[in-house]
Formats: sequence, C-alpha cells, structure tokens
Amino acid sequence: MHPIQFIVFLPLLAALVAGLGARLIGKVPAKLVTTLALFASCALSWPIFISFLNGSAQESVTPVLQWVRSGDLDFQWALRVDTLTAIMLVVVTSVSALVHLYSWGYMDEEPDQSRFFAYLSLFTFAMLMLVTADNLVQMFFGWEGVGLASYLLIGFWFRKPSASAAAMKAFVVNRVGDLGFMLGIFGTFLVFGTVSIPAILAAAPGMAGSTIGFLGHRFDTMTVLCILLFIGAMGKSAQLGLHTWLPDAMEGPTPVSALIHAATMVTAGVFMVCRLSPMFATSETAMHVVTYVGAATLFFAATIGTTQWDIKRVIAYSTCSQLGYMFVAAGVGAPGAAMFHLFTHAFFKALLFLGAGSVIHAMHHEQDMRYYGGLRKHIPITFWAMMMGTLAITGVGIVDVFGFAGFYSKDSILEAAYASGTAPGHFGFFMGIFAALLTSFYSWRLMFLTFWGKPRWEQSEHIQHAVHDAHGHGHDDHAHGHDDHHAHGHASDGTGGYHPHESPLVMLLPLVLLSVGAVLAGFVFHGSFISEGEGEFWKNSVAFSEHLIHAMHGVPEWVKWAPFAVMVAGLAGAYVAYIANPGIPAAFSAAIGPLYRFVYNKWYFDELYNAVFVKPAMALGRVFWQQGDIGIIDRFGPNGAAWVVARSSRIAVRLQSGYLNSYALVMLVGLVGAVSWVIAR
Amino acid sequence: MIGFPILSLMLLVPLVGAVACLMAGRESARMIALAVTLLDLVLGAVLWSHYQIGGPTWQFQEHASIFAGFEWKLGIDGIALLLIALTVFLMPICIGASWNAIEKRAGEYYANFLIMETLMIGVFTAQDLFLFYIMFEAGLIPMYLIIGIWGGADRIYASYKFFLYTLLGSVLMLIAMMWMVNEAGTSDIPTLMAYSFPVKAQTWLWLALFASFAVKMPMWPTHTWLPDAHVQAPTAGSVILAGVLLKMGGYGFIRFSLPMFPEASAQFAPLVWGLSMAAVVITSLIALVQHDIKKLIAYSSVAHMAIVTVGLFAFNRQGLEGSMLIMLSHGLVAGALFLAVGVIYDRLHTREIDRYGGLAINMPAYALFFMLFTMASIGLPGTSGFVGEFLSLMGIYAQSSWVALICTTGIILGAAYMLYLYRRVVFGVQKNEDAAAMPDLDKREWAMMIPLAAVVLWMGVYPETFLAPMRKDIAALDARLAQARPRGDADVQLAAMPPAAATHEHGDAMEHGEQAAHAARHEGAR
Repeated sequence: MHPIQFIVFLPLLAALVAGLGARLIGKVPAKLVTTLALFASCALSWPIFISFLNGSAQESVTPVLQWVRSGDLDFQWALRVDTLTAIMLVVVTSVSALVHLYSWGYMDEEPDQSRFFAYLSLFTFAMLMLVTADNLVQMFFGWEGVGLASYLLIGFWFRKPSASAAAMKAFVVNRVGDLGFMLGIFGTFLVFGTVSIPAILAAAPGMAGSTIGFLGHRFDTMTVLCILLFIGAMGKSAQLGLHTWLPDAMEGPTPVSALIHAATMVTAGVFMVCRLSPMFATSETAMHVVTYVGAATLFFAATIGTTQWDIKRVIAYSTCSQLGYMFVAAGVGAPGAAMFHLFTHAFFKALLFLGAGSVIHAMHHEQDMRYYGGLRKHIPITFWAMMMGTLAITGVGIVDVFGFAGFYSKDSILEAAYASGTAPGHFGFFMGIFAALLTSFYSWRLMFLTFWGKPRWEQSEHIQHAVHDAHGHGHDDHAHGHDDHHAHGHASDGTGGYHPHESPLVMLLPLVLLSVGAVLAGFVFHGSFISEGEGEFWKNSVAFSEHLIHAMHGVPEWVKWAPFAVMVAGLAGAYVAYIANPGIPAAFSAAIGPLYRFVYNKWYFDELYNAVFVKPAMALGRVFWQQGDIGIIDRFGPNGAAWVVARSSRIAVRLQSGYLNSYALVMLVGLVGAVSWVIAR
Repeated sequence: MIGFPILSLMLLVPLVGAVACLMAGRESARMIALAVTLLDLVLGAVLWSHYQIGGPTWQFQEHASIFAGFEWKLGIDGIALLLIALTVFLMPICIGASWNAIEKRAGEYYANFLIMETLMIGVFTAQDLFLFYIMFEAGLIPMYLIIGIWGGADRIYASYKFFLYTLLGSVLMLIAMMWMVNEAGTSDIPTLMAYSFPVKAQTWLWLALFASFAVKMPMWPTHTWLPDAHVQAPTAGSVILAGVLLKMGGYGFIRFSLPMFPEASAQFAPLVWGLSMAAVVITSLIALVQHDIKKLIAYSSVAHMAIVTVGLFAFNRQGLEGSMLIMLSHGLVAGALFLAVGVIYDRLHTREIDRYGGLAINMPAYALFFMLFTMASIGLPGTSGFVGEFLSLMGIYAQSSWVALICTTGIILGAAYMLYLYRRVVFGVQKNEDAAAMPDLDKREWAMMIPLAAVVLWMGVYPETFLAPMRKDIAALDARLAQARPRGDADVQLAAMPPAAATHEHGDAMEHGEQAAHAARHEGAR
C-alpha cells in the first residue's frame, strides 16, 4: 500500500471518530486522535517530498475506487503523487498538524472542542484530496470539500450572527467561482473527451488556435476553457472581485484563519493554475488575464491592508495580496516561482496568523490594534516569532548572501514578471514593487502598533471586562493581589491594570517551528524550486520555461535591488508614522479624506455587491412570487378556472362529493371511451 | 429470473395490506402498514438482486389478457427498477414519519398510503399503455385524499389546485394515447417505443403528453400547485410527493416522449430548455424569500426538477443518466428534508422559519443530519446531489452553452437559499424558548434518518451501483435519439493546417459531440 493512502485517509478517519464519536470517547481522546493522525500524515509526507527533492522519486497514481462512468465520461477516485503534489503534501500536513497542536491551547476554554478538531481534520482530508487529484472532478470534490469545512469553521461560533453570515457569504461567493470551474470542466470534456488531467495536458497543445462556439460567439478554445477554470481559482483564492468573503472569514477562530485562510485552502486556486499550467500555456490571452487579475489584486489588497485596525483583517488582506503575487508568477509563465511563494508563504503567513492568535489570546480576545501597544516585553516569544514572520513577508535579505523566506520567493516572482518582457508582466512587476512597499509598510505598522509604544489597553472593552472579572470574582490568576489593589492607579500607564501573559507551550511550539520555516524555507529550497536546473525537480508536473528562468537571472541589477529598496522605504515609513511621530497617520488620512475613506471601506465592494446583487435578488424573488406566481399564474390559472366553474354551475366544491368524484368520473368516462373505441375499431 | 410473478406480488402485497388497514384500529393499522411496506422493500431487494445487468431489456415480464383488448402486462428495465427501488425504500420511512403524527382516521390514512404504493409501482412496471394510464392517474387520488383529509388548514384549496392542474394534462394525454394505439395498432409500450410515428403527428402527440408530464414534473409555469400541496400535506405526504410522484413526469418523458417522438422532442427541446432556465432562476429566487420552510423546499424542488428536464433534453448519455440520478437523489434528499421539517413541526407545530433558531445547541444530531441533506441538496461532491447535477449540466453544455450557464447559476442560488434557511433555523441564538426546549432526535427519527443519509453518501461516492442497472437502457435510448440529436453550439474547429494535412484535418475537425455519440452508440451496440 502506498503511504499516500494513509496520508489522505487518516485525517478523514480521525474526523469521523472525533466528530461522530465525541460523545462516546470524550473530548481529550477526540483531540488526541485528530492531532496524532495529522502528525502521522505529516511524518509520512516529508519523506515523499524529500525523495522528490533528491530526484529519487517517480510520479505515481494510486487508484482507490471507481467513481462515475457515463458514456465516454469515466473517472475514478485516485491519488496522484508528483512533485507538485509532494510540495502541497508537506505544506498542508505540516501546517495542519501544527495548527491542531496550537488549538489545544487556543481553544482550551471552548466547550465544543471535539467538533472543532473534527472539522479541522475533515478540512485536511478534503485539501489532500484536492492536491492529489488526477482528474478535474476529484479536484472539484476537494475544492468543494474545503469549502464546506471552511463554511463550518467560519461559522464555528454559530451563535454570533456575524459568524454565521460570514460562513454563508464565503460559501456563496465561492460558488460564483465554482460556476466558472464547472463550466470549465464541461467545456474541457467537450473538447478533449476526458477529465483526466494528464490526458488533457498532453492534448492541450494540439488544440491551440482552435475555435469554439460559446454563448453565441466564437472564441479561441483554450482561452475560453482556461478563463472559465480561472474564474474558479479566483473564487477560492480570493482574487479581485471574488475576494469579499476572505476578510469576513476572519470571524472564524484564529487557528482556522492560519490553516485555511492563509496557508492552504486559499492557495488552491494557485495550485490549480500551476497544475494546469501546460494548458494555460496554450493561450496567451488567458495568461494575460491571470497576470492582470493577480497584479490588480496584489495592489488593491495591499492598499486596504495599510488602513485596517483589526489585526486579523490586516493579515487577511495581506494574504489576498500575496496570492496576487502568486498569480502574477503563474501568469507570466513561472509556475515554479508561484509554487515557491506558495510554499514559503504557507510558513510565514501561518506563523503571522498564529502569532496574532497568541496576541489575541494574551489580550483577552481584543483584536483592535488601536488597543494594543508595548506588548514586546510581555509576550517575548510571540513577539520574536512574529518578527520572523514579518522579516519573511517583507522579504528581508541581501542578494546572493542570505534572506528570509519571502525574500527568495517574492523576488523571484518580480524578476520573472520583469523578465517575461510582456506588457502584463511589466504591469505586474511595477504593481508588485509598489505593493511590496505597502507590504513592508503595513507589516511594520502591525508590528509597531502591537509591540512598540505605550500600552493603550485600558480603552478596550475586552480588557476592561477581563480586569473587572478579576476584581469581581477575586480569582485573578494573572495578577497578584497587590497589583489588583493598585489597578485603577495604573490607568495612567495605559494598561488598565491588565497583565498579558505569554501563551502556553502547545501554542508556542508551533510558533517556533514555523519561525524556523519562515527563516530557512527560502534559503534551503530556492535551489530546487527556481534554479536553472529546476526541470529536474519539477519533472513535467508544471510547464516551466527554461528560457524564462534564464532571463530571470539576467535581469538588470536595479530590478534585483528594487524590492530591497522599497522594503526599507516601507519600514522607514512605518517607523516615522507609528513610532517617531505618531500624529502623522491621523493627519495624513484627514488630508486625503475621500481617498482614505475609499480605501478604509475596502473600496466599497461589499456595498456595491449588496446593492447590485443581494438586494435585487431578494426584490426579484418577491416580485416573482407575489406578482408572478400569485398575481398572474394562480389568478388566471387555477383561481380563474375556479371562478368560472363557480359562476357557471354554482356547485359547492366539496372534497368528497365535489371534484374528486368528477375527476374519477372524467377518468372513467375516458377509459370507457377508450375501451369502446378499441373494440369498435 | 425468478420462479414467481414478483411484480404482481409487489403490487398485491400493499393492496392486501390496505384492506387490512381499513378494518384495523390506529395501533394495528400502523403496524400492518409498516410490516407490509417492509415486506415490499424486501421484495424490492430480491427484485434488484435478480435483475440481470446487461441482460434482456425487459425482465420479469408477466402477461395476462383481461378483457376487450385490455392486458395485464408487466415488466421492467433498469430505469423502472431504480424508480421502484426508490419507491419501496421511501415507503417504510413514510410510515415511520406518520407514526405519531396521524391520529384521526388512521386506518384509512395507512390504507391510502398502501394503495398509493401499489399504484406507484404499477406506473413503473406497466407495459400496456392503458394500464399505465390507469395507474398514472389513479395514483393521484390517494394523494388528493391525503392532502384533503389529513392536511393543514388550507388543505381544500391545495388539493383543488392539484386537481385542476392535473385534470387538463390527463385529458390531453388520454386523447393522445388513444390516437397512438389507433395508429400503431398496439398498446404494448415496448413496441410503441420502437414505432416510428409520422413526424407531423409527433408534434401534436408530444405536446399532449407534455401537458401532462410538465404538470407532474412540475415545470414552470405549471408549478404553483406544488408549494401549496407540500405545505398542506402531512409530512409523509410531502415525502412521497417529492420523493416519487414528482418523478412520474420525468419517467413519462424518458419512457414516452423521448423514445416515441424523437423528432418532436428535438423540435421542442428549445421550449423545454427555455422553461427550465426560467424555472431555475425564478423559483430559486422565490425560494430565497420564503418564510415557510416547506414552501422553500417545495420551490427548490421545482428548480431541481428543471435540471432534470434539461438533462433529459440534452440528447446524450451524460444528460440522460444525470437526470435519472437527480431524480433518485432528489427523491432521497427532498424526502429527507421534508422529513427534517416534519421532525421540528411535530414538536412546535409551525413551519415559520422565524419561530426557530439555534437548534444546533439543543438538537446537535438533528443539526448534523440537516446539514448533510442541505449539502446534498446544494450538490456538494461526495453526496448524491452532485453526481446527477454534474452529469446533467455536462450533458446540456454539449448542446448549448447558454442553457448550461443559466442552469448552472442554480448552484449559486441553491447554496444561497439553503444556507440562508440553515442559518436561520439551526445557527444563531436560541431566540424562542419553546424552540430551545425541543428534544433532539428520538430512536424512531434516528431510524428514519440513518438509511437516507447512508444512501445519499453512497450514491455520492460510488454511483456506479445506480448507474450500472440503467446503463444499457440509457444507451439504447441515446441510440434512438441519435437520429434527431440537434447540433451543439460548441462546434470546435481546429486551427488552419498546411494543405498536406488537409485530408486528415477533416476527420479531426469533427465535432467532439459527434465523436462521443459514435463511441456511445458503439458501446450501446456491444
């Protein structure tokens, strides 16, 4: 038996045991089962990845079960393992295992923990089915499965109206993307006669330049198919237009944000485009669309990130923006760079989210950075972990010496965009450079607001509650009685008498391990992912262009140094605005008033969609119901007929003696007529 | 094959049970009904296990002349087998759902249900046109009675509407059938399925049958009887209405309209597509604004049935098989959803969405089942709802990308109204004290939910079990439709090639839909 079966199905098994059997086995065993299953999956995944790194492994497909056979359409449940899958395997299982562990601490006070762990494991199973898919339909299964798990986890605190609304929004907005994905699969089957990914990729070049009729017009076949599939990717990966669900998804518990809405699920769209990169390569138009959408997203999300106050929302927009980078890479024909950024991003973004969770944990569920400040000394391990994450995302490093993870991957994307020499590539490059400036700014803004300066905790309602509870119930395990006594005296120092504590070990351990990833992932693996010999590593699992790789290394020096320059500029800007002269942000945002409000309100996408889609849908529904069904169809149909009958015959319509008998009579007369007719004939 | 006339036995058993129920009191009537439906379920299992997949087209045939040209002629193919299986599977669950809910005139109630079972199985087994007609029309009488006697406050209006809609269709269908028998000289359904009616006559016959089947389906705009009927019917009535009675329209199309009038079917395909597109969008939007849980699910049924009709009129294997799978899946899922509504209706006696809320807190097991069936209704891959919907939409895409696009919006709207429902009923805080005090599922309710959940997942993960019996019959139908198949709008054309390859090019440039059809026909012939 191939280990992949264990890797994929252990989490499913654990989810079933924990989810359905929780009442029998209890809370702790349920948590234990899921966490152990994930660590086992993780332990089995790394050897596979390493064997692909050193070139000793071959791609394999492990069939599991027949799924659907209908005419020519024939596909199975099967588990594919190749380089691309191996990368995703370690990303998914590692982050998931660490998030499971972290949740022991973070969700400790939650009464409904086994349900949480079951959902997490279910998610991991679905994600693994997605990345091991050998055909488009199984990919869609995983795609929707992670959507379901995401829905359940965003809505985990289902009592909160905002959480259940966000869960529903995530599912429905994703379904808009799925519409494209499904039509893409239909079209692909129509054109290629199969949904098997390897078969499609092999046949795709032969269809380049062909035309297809679609919605009454004729288009380039591959462009239509790729763009339809890409619409699916846009939904899952929260690209501009279909991104509105991602910030709201932060309603879910923070470990969920780290696992699903940062490291794994949202990268599924990038994975899909990379998996199908030989197909996308046959349509220049589709590639341009991917690049433009990615570039627009990375810019737009970064602008919003600079204005948000909720620590999780800043990181959420940052995720959205980083996904844009990955699409730019995929769009300019550098799937290797896209996957590399996906890989490093998983570590440092999960780290940032889990770090934020640790801060939120320490700050008694307060998420507004306006009420943070000065936490550096109180939660030092969290601080250093987040520092590593920030160094990684802002891409700190010296060319040819050493850099944190994001330095290698983000810079390779920018170099590839520049080196591609196309107009969308250059657009992506300049947008990417500008967004890198914003990335550095908002990341350091987050760090400065949270960890530097004076505490501003006393204005926070959460903190006030915490302190109040400690007084009222007299079981304050954070502070000594002496401090309690002077609590109100402390008000002037901004702490409000609150004493944040570092998180427990189960939460810190994942932070430390992910920090190692954030520091080293780029340095250790860039040779495999994006060097000129990458063909050996990728082994045809993605369409890589040797030519582009070569050009990447030949870009002008200023292109190589530009990301470094904007990173320093962003850091300096954040330092000036949030440490040296804290009056600047308010004055600046007042000065650019309308523009600030536009960005702060997330470019008014939610308001727009509400006005254009949600409200009209409800209004139309009411019109179709009241005016259509009742006002027209019923009025002129059955009610009208009843009126005619009542007026003409005045027969009381009663059940037993009325129309039922007449109905039976009609039937009988008909049958008698039929019989006599058959006989007489 | 099997040593005794199993089909007649399956018809007879519920009939005998019905007579016994009429004479029994409440307690014994429900025991009899349960025993009888379980016995028919066992017979159904025997039937399936003895059905030879890939064997003769018509199996378990029985034949006896009655009088004056009327014939007792039974027999099933794979399509009928699946629908019979659905019927006998749902019946014991319906009896279970009525267990405590029905108090007045219980004997008559159960007798009605058992008679309905006989008639429903009769529809799917009849091989004589007039026998089919009797079963098809008479099957509605017990349903009228169930709605009219054991229904809610507005039951008279609801059953009246049901009656008016069906009446028109039946009359036209009867006339058409008489004409058909006259023209072909036989009322034998298998013979008629292979008979070539003149194309001009097909048009009128198709329209006459369409009037009946479209109402039963129901297709927009003849759907307005359904929400009222569902809302007023008792829980078990809704289950069987959504589960089996709605499938009769689809069965009619697949057994009569398509094989008997292929040319007319192709001619009217745009009409069917148009009505279906309208149904998907309009009824989904209406479902979005409902306050009554049952009405919401009823409107969602209309939207789902529209995907069935586009699949049937896609003229290819995926469309036809997908439609059959949706019918089976919808029978289970809509049935399960009505059952789920019944569970809380039994406790609180209201269908108003606003009267519930936060059920996940006091009814966690219920919330889990409701989630599963909601997801199946939305068509989540891995549940039964997905496979059929996917195949149907894939089928119609080969004909028209516009129709596919509009109908696929159903996956967005479906998610919206179902999750909105789930959010209001199961999520949120417990704002109503009486709803918060409701106990979770009891043993009887578990026993009804578990089999439904199991089959819903089974059909989603391994639909081969349900595809295999009908494969050959669908292939035969597909082959018969091939002559009339409209040309799809995709028409893939390869890029211009150098002249040397020109002769080869022609073969390659052949529309893929055609290639698929070739392969399908080839397979069907094997």
